[in-house]
Amino acid sequence: MKDSKKFLLRSVAVAVAASLLSLGVQAEQRFPVNNPEVKEGQFVHVPPTMDDLEKSDFHPELKRVIRRGHDLFVNTQQLRGKNVFNNMNCNSCHMGEGRLPFAGPVWPAAVVLPNYRGKNDHVNNIEERIAGCFTFSMNGKPPEYGSDDMLALTAYHQWLAKGVPVFQPGGTMYGRGYKRLEEPSKEMDYERGAKVYEANCSICHADDGGGLVQREEVVFPAVWGDNSYNWGAGISRIFTLSSFIKHNMPLGRPNSLSDQEAWDVAYYINSQERPQEPRYTGDVKETREKYLETFHKHTNYGLEVQGRLLGDHENLGEKDFLKPDVLRPRTYTAD
Amino acid sequence: MKIFHRMTLTAASLCLAITSAYALDGDAKAGEQSAAMCVACHQADGSGMNIQGGESWPSISGLNVEYLYKQMKDVVDGSRNSPTMMPFLSMLNDQQYKDVSVYYSQLPVTQGQGDPDTTEEELALGKKLATEGDWDRYIVPCSSCHGPDNLGAGDSFPRLAGQHAGYIADQLHAWQSGRRNNDPQHLMLAIAERLNDKDIRAVSQWLSRQPAK
Repeated sequence: MKDSKKFLLRSVAVAVAASLLSLGVQAEQRFPVNNPEVKEGQFVHVPPTMDDLEKSDFHPELKRVIRRGHDLFVNTQQLRGKNVFNNMNCNSCHMGEGRLPFAGPVWPAAVVLPNYRGKNDHVNNIEERIAGCFTFSMNGKPPEYGSDDMLALTAYHQWLAKGVPVFQPGGTMYGRGYKRLEEPSKEMDYERGAKVYEANCSICHADDGGGLVQREEVVFPAVWGDNSYNWGAGISRIFTLSSFIKHNMPLGRPNSLSDQEAWDVAYYINSQERPQEPRYTGDVKETREKYLETFHKHTNYGLEVQGRLLGDHENLGEKDFLKPDVLRPRTYTAD
Repeated sequence: MKIFHRMTLTAASLCLAITSAYALDGDAKAGEQSAAMCVACHQADGSGMNIQGGESWPSISGLNVEYLYKQMKDVVDGSRNSPTMMPFLSMLNDQQYKDVSVYYSQLPVTQGQGDPDTTEEELALGKKLATEGDWDRYIVPCSSCHGPDNLGAGDSFPRLAGQHAGYIADQLHAWQSGRRNNDPQHLMLAIAERLNDKDIRAVSQWLSRQPAK
């Protein structure tokens, strides 16, 4: 790895060290960040900040559009009732303005797409990928392809990817996505998960998973229930949620839970009810089977947990449609 | 669904309002009497005082009732070390803590103060830390827990906006040194120990200048 990259990495992965150095002597941190080390051959990218954007020589209009994309990203609730129908912001899962490693940083999307995606079995571009987030994670209706808001969001993604080679292989990227944890040594357990939740999560996300809304603003997102992500969201897969939790929660104390705790609490959270899967056929078991290999083998949707068949309902949360029209297959046939 | 959702929201916020007003079994009138010993520092209106170069007294008027009560108990059990508060608290019993908490939580919020010589550059840094954080150092924005405009969120995350700068800075240093160890799950401690002296001054000064309501 180049020295410059090593240096950049340090400023992110071992961010703390830099601030300590500037302080001179300080006691060892009681709660270090402890993100995974960079492995040999990994591609490390430290995305630029909004301050960097201001200092750049981009056209003022481009800066304005990227700023708009950033604003939508960190405050997606401004699209509530139009595109977003739950309490999530992009920033809820893609933390730190979409820049943070191990919190689903979004710059990879700008350089690995267009690419084939198993979830919908065709080649997706970045707009379609973002449409997926709106459809499932925001339980909503994506902004139109080519719309002002969609352009602003994609422009922000591309800004964050500044300097990354196009088609840089995703597998090489340090901190991309939610790194899969080692399989749990003990089988995941609902009751243990409930205890982990109560001890670590409920202070913010509430005993009923509803999170906290204060003065009509979402402070802590809902982790289940009508205001949370729906049954088709990537994070309803237990391995995704367990990794998100392990590397990011409780807020400010990443990597403080054990892998087992992260698996158990993810199992617990993803065994609660949430809005219907937008690809619902009218029968939960049939829907599970239809998308089993590409998705639901990783979720508890359509399974019985604690005596309840999960996802067996018509509850769409706050929206009044099941599936947004923009989700459609592609064919590339001559006609 | 939509109607149902709105109803749940309304019901939930109603519940919340009721909870925050009555969860703690305290009496404001009795609290006012017990608070007679508090006014020397916290003032009759609960506004406290910003003291440059000394120990500032926090404004406690209008703070969350559960939060106030917990802080008193924590000083007594030692998880929050405060030689100044300890003698006063040892003169009160648990019921009086509750009464005083209810009393002060119901007083009108007052605006805190900071150092008038704070520079624009310091305030800009403070604003950035409070509202955006500095994720490259894993400093999450204050508002991500302390709520919109840092006016407080729930029972555990107190209002910071309009609190005295001297008090906020002193608390952040207290977490760093271990004098204060009573934050739930050490969510605050983890952030405090990533801040340097410059950050602490900046964020405290900026927060003190924000509207307290």
